[in-house]
Amino acid sequence: MLPDELKKLLSERIASAEDPREQAVDAMFELQSYYGYMSDEAMTEASGLLGMTPLELEELATFYDHIYREPVGRYVIHVCDSAICWMHDHLSVVDHIRSQLNVEVGGTTADGLFTLLPVCCIGYCDRAPAMTINRRVFGRLTPEKIDRILTRLKDQAQFAETE
Amino acid sequence: MSKYPLVLFQNRQPNRIATLDEYRQSSGYQALEDFIGKRPPGEVTARIGEAGLRGRGGAGFPAAKKWLAVPADGAFPRYLAVNADEMEPGTFKDRMLIHADPHLIIEGMILAGYAFAASKAFIFVRPSYESSAVILETELEHARHAGYLGRNILGSEFSFDISVHRSGGRYICGEGTALLNALMGKRPNPTKPPPYPTLKGLWDRPTVVNNIETLANIPHILRNGAEWFKRLALSREGMGTKLYCVSGRVNNPGCFELPIGIRLSEIIDEFAGGLPAGSEFKACLPGGASTRYLTREHYDVEMDFDTLAAVGNRLGTAAIMVFDRKTCLVATTLNLLQFFARESCGWCTPCREGLPYIRDLLWRIEYGEGREEFIPMIREMCKFSWNSYCALAPGATSPVESLLTYFEDEVREHISQRKCPYNAH
Ligand SMILES: Cc1cc2nc3c(=O)[nH]c(=O)nc-3n(C[C@H](O)[C@H](O)[C@H](O)COP(=O)(O)O)c2cc1C
Ligand code: SF4
Ligand code: FES
Repeated sequence: MLPDELKKLLSERIASAEDPREQAVDAMFELQSYYGYMSDEAMTEASGLLGMTPLELEELATFYDHIYREPVGRYVIHVCDSAICWMHDHLSVVDHIRSQLNVEVGGTTADGLFTLLPVCCIGYCDRAPAMTINRRVFGRLTPEKIDRILTRLKDQAQFAETE
Repeated sequence: MSKYPLVLFQNRQPNRIATLDEYRQSSGYQALEDFIGKRPPGEVTARIGEAGLRGRGGAGFPAAKKWLAVPADGAFPRYLAVNADEMEPGTFKDRMLIHADPHLIIEGMILAGYAFAASKAFIFVRPSYESSAVILETELEHARHAGYLGRNILGSEFSFDISVHRSGGRYICGEGTALLNALMGKRPNPTKPPPYPTLKGLWDRPTVVNNIETLANIPHILRNGAEWFKRLALSREGMGTKLYCVSGRVNNPGCFELPIGIRLSEIIDEFAGGLPAGSEFKACLPGGASTRYLTREHYDVEMDFDTLAAVGNRLGTAAIMVFDRKTCLVATTLNLLQFFARESCGWCTPCREGLPYIRDLLWRIEYGEGREEFIPMIREMCKFSWNSYCALAPGATSPVESLLTYFEDEVREHISQRKCPYNAH
């Protein structure tokens, strides 16, 4: 069940939009961060709030890179594999993450913390090779830098657990 | 420092945006004060038309002409859809602009809205630009407090507001008509005009789609005039400056504001620091992934719409992707095709089926399974892309066709040696 507070916030935003459907992606982003991904329950909630049929919403949910219709980890790592990052050896970034986290591309770590996915050019080609984690960008990646980022995220997650 | 005047980047600083006050100190919002409610909207359009401002989103369509396509007796409300999707590989100028001087963009949007009597604008921002979206939202709030945005701007009759629309992320959303579908919460397939969005766009109302860089030019043109704008360019027919992104095999990748018509060689060698020692220029894509390879022969080409067209290429987004002699262009083109095939929206067959087909042929060539007859097959498939529903597929086949035009020998070498001469796979 969606908490009343979140439901109220979303309803207000949708009501004040030019048209309810304009808020579809925003609403999915919010629901996704609450449920972890766009689960069937999240889809039902969203279509109710937006006044869209489940099919209309599915057309969007399955289209976009950053809407996840399957369970993903708390942190979704998207490594850019387009031309400039490719020239700057993006494969070494992917390989390093794979071996450090013991995860395959498309997979999620056993502890549910990380999902590893490819993504096309994220518009940070001047800082290739680059990746995003939960829509935050990290560029000029080296193995050391990746290790620092991953360690920080693991610590953050642990902190959230013990809080 | 650049020997050329900075216009769009004049307030740019390392690692932070120009504040509202800083923007005002550089005569920011002066054009707004001078025009909104004081001069007729048609005058904005006329001045921009005289200056010859062409769209910076890739197609180079004259801005004033697009606004004039909104009929005077057209329906209300009218919308401005601002394209900050920027998913063309190699392109990051709109991000640089937002992170340098957000109020310049905001002022440009308001003035454009005034020109064709729009009441609302949406800025369409991709997911990896979340930091840009946050900057825009914060600065829009400051503009609202200052009375530049909202109801009765500066006490005039004109009301206009702007909101940030976050995309779920797909390259096709940058195509103008797909962008409108995305904004309306529909599956972002392109639609084929007519009706043109300027007649029936968002929710069937007149809508103009403009790129962020296009809009950022407007306050400057209104303040300084058409003649000044033309003098900024180095080419005879050109106007204004351009944000050139340089990436790939260069010492100093980045985004540089330089005159329209500047020579490609000067951008690469002087501003982007040239190629690293031991690397030699082989080719570049001069305007993003959907332009054609440009070879050493045209290294000194003037970077302008018409001068690039004259050598069979396009200025596109002016994102220059540099490849050196050690980089395999078959593998590069394969990577580009992988991008386009993945990002195809799937609506029409030449793109949905054709691009993966070309990609597979290129893959075989790169991995030593190529055959002579693949070359005419690829050429044929590329021609089919012109039957597609939108410009994604012809853009996708531009690097492929030019690979066969300029580097057929390199492709043949792969086939005869049954392996890539550059990479060990
Ligand atoms: C596949 C495709 C992707 C595009 N992506 C963008 C984009 O990310 N940003 C942009 O401004 N224009 C993009 N365009 C061009 C737009 O369709 C449109 O021409 C432009 O936004 C209009 O703005 P302008 O006239 O100010 O240049 C794209 C076009 C195609 C065919
Ligand atoms: S050319 Fe490609 S992106 Fe454009 S409509 Fe056809 S399938 Fe969609
Ligand atoms: S190619 Fe990776 S960020 Fe552009």
